[in-house]
Amino acid sequence: MILHRLFSGDFPRSRVLLVMLLAIVAGLVLTPFIFPGAKALNVAAKACIFIVLVASFDLLLGYTGIVSFAHTMFFGIGAYGVAIALSHFGPTWAGVAAGVAAALAVSLVLSLVIGLFSLRVKALFYAMITLAVATAFQTLASQLSELTGGEDGLTFKVPELLSPGFSLSEHPFLGVSLDGRLISFYLLIAATVVLFLLMLRIVNSPFGRVLQAIRENEFRAEALGYRTVVYRTLSNVLSAAFATLAGALLALWLRYNGPDTSLSFEIMIDILLMVVIGGMGTLYGSVLGATLFILVQNYLQDLMKFASEGLGKVPLLRDLVHPDRWLLWLGILFVLSVYRFPTGIVGKLRTAARKS
Amino acid sequence: MSTPLLKLEAVHTHIGAYHILHGVDLEVAHGELTVLLGRNGAGKTTTLRTIMGLWHPSAGRVLFDGEDLGALGTPEIAHRGISYVPENMGIFAELTVAENMLLAARGAKRPEDIDPKRLEWVFGLFPALKRFWQHPAGLLSGGQKQMVAVARAIIEPRKLLLIDEPSKGLAPAIIQNMVEAFRELKRTDTTILLVEQNFNFARQLGDRVAVMDDGRVVHAGTMAALAGDEGLQQQLLGLSLAAHQ
Amino acid sequence: MKPSVPAAPALDALPAVRPDRVPLMLLPVLVLAALPLTGSLSTWVTLTFAGLAMGMIIFIIASGLTLVFGLMDVLNFGHGVFITLGAFLATAVLGRMTGWTESESLTRNLAAVLPAMLAAVVVAGLVGLAFERLIIRPVYGQPLKQIMITMGGMIVGVELIKVVWGPQAIPLPLPAAFRGSFLFGEAAVEKYRLIAVVVGLAVFGAMSWVLGRTKVGLLIRAGVQDREMVESLGYRIGRLFVGVFVAGSALAGLGGVMWGLYQQSVTPEMGGQINVLLFIVIIIGGMGSVGGCFIGALLVGLISNYAGFLAPKVALFSNILLMVAVLLWRPQGLYSVVKR
Repeated sequence: MILHRLFSGDFPRSRVLLVMLLAIVAGLVLTPFIFPGAKALNVAAKACIFIVLVASFDLLLGYTGIVSFAHTMFFGIGAYGVAIALSHFGPTWAGVAAGVAAALAVSLVLSLVIGLFSLRVKALFYAMITLAVATAFQTLASQLSELTGGEDGLTFKVPELLSPGFSLSEHPFLGVSLDGRLISFYLLIAATVVLFLLMLRIVNSPFGRVLQAIRENEFRAEALGYRTVVYRTLSNVLSAAFATLAGALLALWLRYNGPDTSLSFEIMIDILLMVVIGGMGTLYGSVLGATLFILVQNYLQDLMKFASEGLGKVPLLRDLVHPDRWLLWLGILFVLSVYRFPTGIVGKLRTAARKS
Repeated sequence: MSTPLLKLEAVHTHIGAYHILHGVDLEVAHGELTVLLGRNGAGKTTTLRTIMGLWHPSAGRVLFDGEDLGALGTPEIAHRGISYVPENMGIFAELTVAENMLLAARGAKRPEDIDPKRLEWVFGLFPALKRFWQHPAGLLSGGQKQMVAVARAIIEPRKLLLIDEPSKGLAPAIIQNMVEAFRELKRTDTTILLVEQNFNFARQLGDRVAVMDDGRVVHAGTMAALAGDEGLQQQLLGLSLAAHQ
Repeated sequence: MKPSVPAAPALDALPAVRPDRVPLMLLPVLVLAALPLTGSLSTWVTLTFAGLAMGMIIFIIASGLTLVFGLMDVLNFGHGVFITLGAFLATAVLGRMTGWTESESLTRNLAAVLPAMLAAVVVAGLVGLAFERLIIRPVYGQPLKQIMITMGGMIVGVELIKVVWGPQAIPLPLPAAFRGSFLFGEAAVEKYRLIAVVVGLAVFGAMSWVLGRTKVGLLIRAGVQDREMVESLGYRIGRLFVGVFVAGSALAGLGGVMWGLYQQSVTPEMGGQINVLLFIVIIIGGMGSVGGCFIGALLVGLISNYAGFLAPKVALFSNILLMVAVLLWRPQGLYSVVKR
């Protein structure tokens, strides 16, 4: 019963998927204990942040059927909100709250304006406009260097509880020192869980059902009396708000923010790949897509380096599996996903579960 | 009776999730003008579009000269000798009248290549075309656009003309011009399938008539028989058509 | 024998044919308005030529994009990959002909540059053919998938370019005779900019001729307005579309060579970076309009250069400001294409 309410009745509905999700959750939660080292912790934290970011993008792309290239703009606004507030007011919790609130306000206004101005137009046009707006915003962020630190970005201190110097206890627990990084990590996990469940609640609410009806047949939804522009705009605003929060989490974790960290078009492409490979229109897909992508980004290179060295004598093939070409393989997987299995890994697993 | 030029056998057409034609049976004989009547939404336009390959039948056969058109694409169907005047006339508004005509004359590369005799004949039917030859078709009046649309369909000899509501929205004087033009066309032994709502217009031209309702042909016969039987008209066409007259 | 067709008699029933020349007037107005602002005639001449050259190259690249959209409602978000491809092919060809590019003889320089352009056009066209088959056709009529998959096509394309040429920037020096400037009194105009303007005008002229004077061009113009009717008249618009797509890709390849020479360096990311600019240009021009694209490209080029001189900070946003201004004035772009 509690589980049902917690997950809004939207369960993985595939045993394999359930196992994979449990493994991901367990892996992330236990990272400090089973995978020692700063790199593993960073990878796990990044996976959590991207789970929220990708899920918020799926709200727009998968559930509402809107392609926006301005999603990283909201991610960046959240990150800059925290970064600017903390570097100006010092490392206080009030600063964090002020930064997040200001960022949410900016995102709200921007997403509302973009939504109302351009959600009436065709999908192609919307994609182009958001691309142009996002590019302009990125330029703006790097130009306003007094506020944003320009291309160099901002490095700042976080509240003491979260800072690496803070220590809860002299004695390590199970071989892990109980410092501010660990506390940050578990707060991040908690925030991810809360935000994810909140989004799950939204997509399974009556509001979420209307969004999906619009995605399936805008004309019919309109005929049934739903003001589609209002719903699409709301979806745009909600998705922007969650992306902003993900950005705030990123800044708090990194204690740094710059244009390349949160605003770059590469990140936009990355989350597009994550959402499609994981599965559009299912929030569980974002968990799978984000985790898989982040793992590949960070560890596939090692594997490919191995393969590439093995193929040392075969010129073209060696270059194809060169460690820096990991994006090539994900790109091919992405293209294949779009037309072979648009519902991604989750869709495949659920179909398989239904058949058996 | 010889085999008809066009024969639809139990044709079903779906548009997306909607089932529009529920088994249309229709015959159009060589050299005759057949009028397809029926209220709005009866499936007349869908029938023409299905013949033209703009929708594909989900069941049944569309036989033209004995060949099943069902699987062919629209350009191939056009090459079999069918021209089509859609309800919106399909005028290229930004092109001149000359360019519109040139597109219909498939063999011609420039307007001068259009068969001059045929062109003079078309100008005879629709003198306005000659006057507005170099003007963008979008600037013409509704009646003149309709003339361009019909002229385009006959600028090269075709076996079958499909025409969707040529009288729609036209002034009575222009409708009379259309009637004359169609009479002249009939003398050239062209087979025509005409969709109409205006019974008065249809009565002046039709040899045969088929009435559609709910995606089926519910009556087929000669125009003379229908025109002479007011009771049948009332029963098949109802008041909505009477209101047009 | 010709039918006796009167050319265009004076008519009672028709309004006079008045082509819309207002957008065309924007160019001279802008150029003249910039003269007092820049303050010196020689600076103004230099900036104007720089703007025209940049605009012409953008036009060469963007024209195919807008036509493909007009004809089939297909917008290729991966168009930039053909630019990158063209530019890298130029480095490959010119890199092997340094003897000729470093020669002072214009003939030898041309004998090196023309094969580079030809290679870019041919290879980009062939890749375009494959791209249309593999990437565009399977998702035809599904805009959402189309946006994503063309983006994906670009990611894969750029990565493949990195496989062949590596991820780093490669210098693409101008051939010797193309370097330096012509002096018009006080004003210096870089030779290469003049060449770019000439090539751009030639492409525009050729395209206008094909579109305006040939049957294929007529079919394209008709297809942009109503493709169903073109099919009903017996023409296979699918083939026409493939042809236009291939031509557009080939032109993007040519534009890539020219852009690479303009920057004198090429990177795998260059195509993606231009993409945004291309979208702005075709939105300004009116989606599907080649004439609008031409004016839009020149406006973007000129304003970028004037603003870059007058207010460098504003220049970073000049394109998007221009787009907003144009859309406020004409929401469909300078020349809206009448579509059914």
